[in-house]
Amino acid sequence: MEIPYTVQPRPDTGVTNSKVGIWLFLASEIMLFGGLFSAYVFLRLGAPEWPGSMAGHDYTSASEILSVPLAALNTVILIASSMTIVMAWASLMLKNFSRYKMYMGITIALSFGFLLVKGFEYASKFEHGLFPSESTFLGIYFVLTGIHAVHVIGGIVVNSYFLGPGSKMWKTNPQQFTNRIEIAGLYWHFVDIVWIFLFPTIYLL
Amino acid sequence: MSESHAVEDALQHSEERFAEQGAEHSAEEVRKHVRTYLFIFGTLLVLTVVTVAVSYLHLPIVPALIVALLIAFFKGGLVARHFMHLVGEKPLIFQFLILTVVFVVFMFILFIWALLDQQGVRYGT
Amino acid sequence: MTNTEHDVSGHAHHELSFIRKWIFSTDHKVIGIQYGLTALLFLLFGFGLMLLMRWQLAYPGDPVPLIGWLFSDEQMPGGVMLPEFYNQLGAMHGTIMVFLGVVPLAVGAFGNYIVPLQIGAPDMAFPKLNMASYWAYFLGGVVMLASFLVPAGAAKAGWTSYPPLADIETMGQTMWLFGMVFLITSSLLGAINFLTTIIQLRTEGMTYMRMPFFTWVQFVTAFLLLLAFPPLEAASVLQLFDRLVGTSFFLPSGLVVSGEVLDVSGGGSPLLWQHLFWFLAHPEVYVLILPAMGIVGEIIANNTRKPLWGYKLMIYSIIFLGFMSFIVWAHHMFITGMGTALSAFFQITTMIISVPSVVLLSGLFLSLWGSSLRFTTPMLFALAFLPMFGIGGLTGLPLGLAPTDIPLHDTMYIIGHFHYLVAPGTILALFGGIYYWFPKVTGRRMNDVLGKIHFWGTFIFMNGIFMPMFIQGLAGVSRRLYDGGATYEFASNVIHYNEFMSISAWLLAVAQLPFIFNFFWSIWKGKETNENPWEATTLEWTATPTPPIPHGNFATTPIVYRDPYEYSVPGEETDFLPQNQP
Repeated sequence: MEIPYTVQPRPDTGVTNSKVGIWLFLASEIMLFGGLFSAYVFLRLGAPEWPGSMAGHDYTSASEILSVPLAALNTVILIASSMTIVMAWASLMLKNFSRYKMYMGITIALSFGFLLVKGFEYASKFEHGLFPSESTFLGIYFVLTGIHAVHVIGGIVVNSYFLGPGSKMWKTNPQQFTNRIEIAGLYWHFVDIVWIFLFPTIYLL
Repeated sequence: MSESHAVEDALQHSEERFAEQGAEHSAEEVRKHVRTYLFIFGTLLVLTVVTVAVSYLHLPIVPALIVALLIAFFKGGLVARHFMHLVGEKPLIFQFLILTVVFVVFMFILFIWALLDQQGVRYGT
Repeated sequence: MTNTEHDVSGHAHHELSFIRKWIFSTDHKVIGIQYGLTALLFLLFGFGLMLLMRWQLAYPGDPVPLIGWLFSDEQMPGGVMLPEFYNQLGAMHGTIMVFLGVVPLAVGAFGNYIVPLQIGAPDMAFPKLNMASYWAYFLGGVVMLASFLVPAGAAKAGWTSYPPLADIETMGQTMWLFGMVFLITSSLLGAINFLTTIIQLRTEGMTYMRMPFFTWVQFVTAFLLLLAFPPLEAASVLQLFDRLVGTSFFLPSGLVVSGEVLDVSGGGSPLLWQHLFWFLAHPEVYVLILPAMGIVGEIIANNTRKPLWGYKLMIYSIIFLGFMSFIVWAHHMFITGMGTALSAFFQITTMIISVPSVVLLSGLFLSLWGSSLRFTTPMLFALAFLPMFGIGGLTGLPLGLAPTDIPLHDTMYIIGHFHYLVAPGTILALFGGIYYWFPKVTGRRMNDVLGKIHFWGTFIFMNGIFMPMFIQGLAGVSRRLYDGGATYEFASNVIHYNEFMSISAWLLAVAQLPFIFNFFWSIWKGKETNENPWEATTLEWTATPTPPIPHGNFATTPIVYRDPYEYSVPGEETDFLPQNQP
């Protein structure tokens, strides 16, 4: 049995099954983060002061608690990784497999870099007794960035598979492999976009 | 002569059709895309710097919110448009996205309305 | 990731081991059967929980006879049910029936089995993902069941899990949340699969407006699941943080529990949970009812031997209904102190959404007009669905309007209302679907006499349970009383109905015995049939052998030439024209 339109697009929709699938998945992800962001807005508008007092201090802006330089660095890292994964795909389009491997490798390295910075940030919060239970601000900060970090980890798993064992497919079915990298890229760009919104709303406003 | 032209034409057509069938682009086109990607990458970096710089101006909350969200939407739009190549994507994908965005917008508006209502801010009563 | 399908074809040609064939299968038909059997077991289990509760309601404080000794001292010391255990039964009855019973049966089982066949697809678009969604569902079910065994038992905060109560609940609530995360994941994967399958794998000639009604219904349902569930996933994560990490997303400042101020940072909002929860749970109502309508539509078209009345109008109604279901949710929250402007908005949208519901019901009724009905067993269930859905829908109108909702909120009236939609409504339709498609799955028909006994028993006793609830509710009896209202003066005139309802419930259980027997007996001993025993027009009957070919469904890919319900076309030899007949 062969399932149609896994490699070639269906003529009347113009897309492959996996492209439909990934965009539907991203639609549900938009709703997930939409729900989280609206919870954030709901809690913030309902709070008498924001971020308020925690661990014995009064804060008037988020940037006094959170490290804007680190978050800005992470923004740059994620944008760069978004660029490299699209370059990885473009390399496959140009039939340059070794360059694909290089770009995919850089993408994964950058993702680990992001998590490293994130871990460093979390650790410095915990050191100062700034736990999620301290205030609603910290709670929503940890939930939003934590769920985003889980998505980053998911991306690392998928991308590593396509760099390692999954890349064997390039020899047997290059077109489907290229499609897969495109799909993985779409997911990764979405993770990037979420961070583009998270950064100003949590750290800067 | 006309015959050889016809053969050339046919070859060209079949090549084009092959390119279309894969819904992908020729090598030259891909290289053009790569230049776009680099340009977008640069723009995104600049905009990130702008976002941070604006935050140091310590604007009042409403203008700060508007500026930050405008930049964020612009950046997100660039990523979606070029990296996710929504530019030139099929209508089906846009239909999904429009539907989803409509629901998200409804969710935001109704949540905020409900919260204001709960706080006693009531319009039209 | 979604691109997991490949390399299935290689396995189709040689014999599969038992485990690959029946346990970890990627064939949509086997997965559909797995969903179906699991969901039926959960329905039975959830029903059993209710039978226990009905004893306590009818005879408060009396020891449960026969099986009371089976329970531990934390549940029923000496056979007498404790209030804590009663609350567990209530919360888990709702959760199991909705998330583990009806939806998996209606969508996971019927949708999985029927949709690819009806559109002429060899399988679902992502077979491995399909298997993953079944196993996520299964794990969610196991977690939910296991929660009865943890200290202090299962969740007790109702199926809605409202905080602050749910935030300060015992461990069972944490299990509930983890179970929900699995179930939500399963639904999301399933929804992506259904949508991709219907969009991409329709066979040649199967345009959207030639799709059978049932497939259309599954299409809209999948959109609801895809877009409504994620906010509840977000809410579940927030509640998990509240419970495990000590945040206060849903806990207001200065909350007093057992005379002591709770030691939390506060500043959260219990209403936030309600908004996020009902953002899912209202569309979920339509997830419960729409597949039932689809099944009824198929059965009615087949047994009236006529095209469905207003097929296109009904399709448009379903789409509109699905869209509107996202913006009516706060009609569940009228008593949270809402201002008139906001409540007016939700009342208006609620009244608007009742219009397509009425169009759908009217379309199904009008399909009966002027036809010579075949009173087969599935048709009896489908016919009974119509008035039951009507009662459920009409009794909902007073609940959609704030002035009448406020006195009726949280009374037995509301229990009667939504059970009319889900039990005599959806579950009757699902039974009809089982009788209707059983020959396709097994190659044998279920016994008609037993089927009719099952139908009449189910139909009568369901009404016996739910009709008195309206009377009790209008008298003001709350839905959450451990003793059924025995201590309340105002309930004294209607309290005697409790015994009547409970006896009806136990008789309803007895009425399921012929079904259970019939089901298993017919698998092996039922009357053998050809591929199209009902003389239907849609592809699952006309283009496949019975049962359909494993991994691939069709010997040759069918081509569609006709609308779905070309019955009794004048001048033709037969009274039905298959969709794939040129």
